[in-house]
Amino acid sequence: MSTRTLEHAALPPPESPEAGRRRSVVLRGVLARWGLRGTAILYLGLMIALPAFAVIVHGFSDGLQSLRDALAAPGAREAIRLTLVLGAVTAIVNVIFGTLVAYVLVRYEFPGRSWLSTIVDIPFAIPTLVTGVMLRALYGPNSPIGSFLEGHGIKVIFAQSGILLALLFVTLPLVVRTVQPVLLEIDETEEEAARVLGATRWYTFRRVVLPKLRAGIAAGGLLAFARAIGEFGAVVIVSGNIVGRTLTAPVLIFQLASQFKPEEAAAIATVLFGISFVLVLVTERLVRGKAPA
Amino acid sequence: MHWGFIAIALLYVGILVLAPLVGIAWVAIQAGWSTIATTLRQPDVVHAFYLTAVITLITVAVTSVFGVIVALVITRDRFPGRPLMSAFVDLPLAVSPVIVGLMAAVLFGRGGWFEPWFSSHGIQILFAVPSMVLVTIFICIPFVIREVVPVLKELGVTEEEAARTLGASSLQTFFRVTLRNIRWGLLYGVALSTARAIGEIGAVLIVSGAITGKTETATLIILRFFDQYQDAQGYIVAITLALVSILLLVAIETFKRRQERMRQT
Repeated sequence: MSTRTLEHAALPPPESPEAGRRRSVVLRGVLARWGLRGTAILYLGLMIALPAFAVIVHGFSDGLQSLRDALAAPGAREAIRLTLVLGAVTAIVNVIFGTLVAYVLVRYEFPGRSWLSTIVDIPFAIPTLVTGVMLRALYGPNSPIGSFLEGHGIKVIFAQSGILLALLFVTLPLVVRTVQPVLLEIDETEEEAARVLGATRWYTFRRVVLPKLRAGIAAGGLLAFARAIGEFGAVVIVSGNIVGRTLTAPVLIFQLASQFKPEEAAAIATVLFGISFVLVLVTERLVRGKAPA
Repeated sequence: MHWGFIAIALLYVGILVLAPLVGIAWVAIQAGWSTIATTLRQPDVVHAFYLTAVITLITVAVTSVFGVIVALVITRDRFPGRPLMSAFVDLPLAVSPVIVGLMAAVLFGRGGWFEPWFSSHGIQILFAVPSMVLVTIFICIPFVIREVVPVLKELGVTEEEAARTLGASSLQTFFRVTLRNIRWGLLYGVALSTARAIGEIGAVLIVSGAITGKTETATLIILRFFDQYQDAQGYIVAITLALVSILLLVAIETFKRRQERMRQT
């Protein structure tokens, strides 16, 4: 039977709409308000908006020619396709398991629960390159596990499955931590009512919980996808960057940039960047849509 | 039934996340203590750690101060385009680090938008530490902001207004009331930023040129070791970073729990 956890304790009542609309005392005074507002706008404008704009302009500087040149490079199309496919697989797998882990963390009490929660956050703390190095240590051709698998024809390092493992590792906490708050907000009594009326746990999950989780799961999945298609550090060490087989788009961009072909790099980067930008906007929409304004 | 779910969750996380950690510890220890000691004392390794530390410090300082400012403006201020600001804040999370490096190259590289001004003043940005700091800042911008904004939203303005009516100035209110209330969220964001800054590779690889002894960070030196088939040394530096990350993880979890506990009071 599930038990209420600390997280179910009542949150402080939301402030009245008026209170929200009153200006904070910290921002009182025209000078302070414009000073802070201006600083914020300048900071974000210079640090984020400007570079984003620069890359897009540069990517389109000779129109679509750079993009065509870039796509003509050996392995370029395969790299983009591989990146998108692996990103999608990562998102789907981690949406399934991440939601499961989030559900287990929120609804159940068991020994080691706080340990599980901490371990889930490890990918947030570990450098991505170190992630790749760890996978190489564990599954590389010189390791016991690696040589065992290779003896059975399964290659992990310098193969696509290694990239997938790396991507699953770095995106797991993204999904879990996006779904968890949504789960926490869902009233458990509806689930209990369903169970009392005889529904199995799976049926309850599918018909009662899942509909409410949809936005959170979608947001988590999109975040995972966006992160996965951009991953560099873990992939560059684990994949071997074999053209046409394990070369991904971010590594390709890096290679183009090091070969002093910045226009082509920028062209592919713009495509990837455009995808990420759209995903961010959609995710913002989803996250804001589910919470009452 | 639920033990099945718990078991699957534990197994998945264990195999995916824990096992690699164990793997790297095993490999590093296999190298032997003398190799570990020699590697960590190498001048290029020492410099790499030093550079990572400097870049991280500057990044965290900048993103914390400006992050709190942006969080205040996002939650307390109202002006057209505010939701757009929020989306911009999240952008670095979704963008690939290599694209960030490219942005810096477009702005500061040869023929770049700002390159003429900087080279005429004798300041080198690209292939030098300044560009590495800039890209790391870009990448770390969201962390403090995203953790402080929900805290500010939930706190509301009542305590600050109370302080005001009791005669406190804006600055006093900020330091004594606001900052004190957001401290755990802020520290959580700082810890996440620190971890991210230490781990940065994609962007700094592109902008730094990875010049040994000048612009090589800890992550870059790991990459070089593996490129040069010095695997053992690569593993040693990597596990050092992993240990630092674990310490940071402890800090992260502590601050996260303190913040959650504070939300419930």
